[in-house]
Amino acid sequence: MDVKLISIIGAVVAVSIGSLGPAFAEGRSVAAAMDAIARQPEAAGTISRTLFVGLAMIETVAIYCLVIALLLLYANPYTG
Amino acid sequence: MMQPSPLTSTVAFHLGPIPITRPVATTWVIIAVLAGASWLLTRRLEAKPDRWHAVLEIIVSAIGDQIEDVMRKAARPFLPVLGTLFIYLVAANLSGMLPAVQAPTSRIETPAALALVVFFSVHFFGIRARGLRGYLASFAQPKLIMLPLNVLSEVTRTFSMMVRLFGNVMSGEFVIGLIVALAGLFVPVPLMVLEILVGLVQAYIFTVLATVFIGAAVSSVGKA
Repeated sequence: MDVKLISIIGAVVAVSIGSLGPAFAEGRSVAAAMDAIARQPEAAGTISRTLFVGLAMIETVAIYCLVIALLLLYANPYTG
Repeated sequence: MMQPSPLTSTVAFHLGPIPITRPVATTWVIIAVLAGASWLLTRRLEAKPDRWHAVLEIIVSAIGDQIEDVMRKAARPFLPVLGTLFIYLVAANLSGMLPAVQAPTSRIETPAALALVVFFSVHFFGIRARGLRGYLASFAQPKLIMLPLNVLSEVTRTFSMMVRLFGNVMSGEFVIGLIVALAGLFVPVPLMVLEILVGLVQAYIFTVLATVFIGAAVSSVGKA
């Protein structure tokens, strides 16, 4: 297998496996926020703002994987 | 079929020996439009607001209220930098929806510059609020052994702000480009609607994170 093929497989693996963890984490945090808003609807503003910031933090992990995949595809140091 | 690389930017024109890339040119246009609109709208403000004056007051006071909610402090010292950041980010993220315009935040250099602005303003406000010694001492809280981690987190959170903004805006444009190439003209319209939402949410998140960091730097409770 040449470097190009391995890079493509690496990019696919990085995005597909790397998005699994953040997907579960975002699902859990949204479910927890829903639960909290259902219990305390008057705190919905604070909860959703914290939720947004937390989701952004979680999402960063998936974005890192995307950036690594793009580096492999477009700026690969091993394919000259 | 290969998309153009999202990690490099195309040169629009040369200004003398300096190449000016398309994101930079778009940024200049956005700056000119925002500054011109602000100057025109605030040229003569009267005590009894007319329609545009009321709109401006709603925008500014809404941003100020959000900052106060997050920081639990008076928003006035931080309103200029954070409000400008938010309005510029909204304009920059949504400018990608115009035909033949590429959002400047979808290339790595504009998010890097904005994250550096946040990085330096955190230290500026922190030093102004607590003095140099007090601010530097806050890095050694709660224990001296936390010092390397606190210093490292300053760098990594700036980096992650940059990558988050860049990755979100760029991946949206990238997907729209791929779908136009694969499926045709009107298919990516739902994705463009989603991209408007993502652009607004990312502008909000960038500003809220900047607010949280500045709030942690100026508050005496300790680092967040």
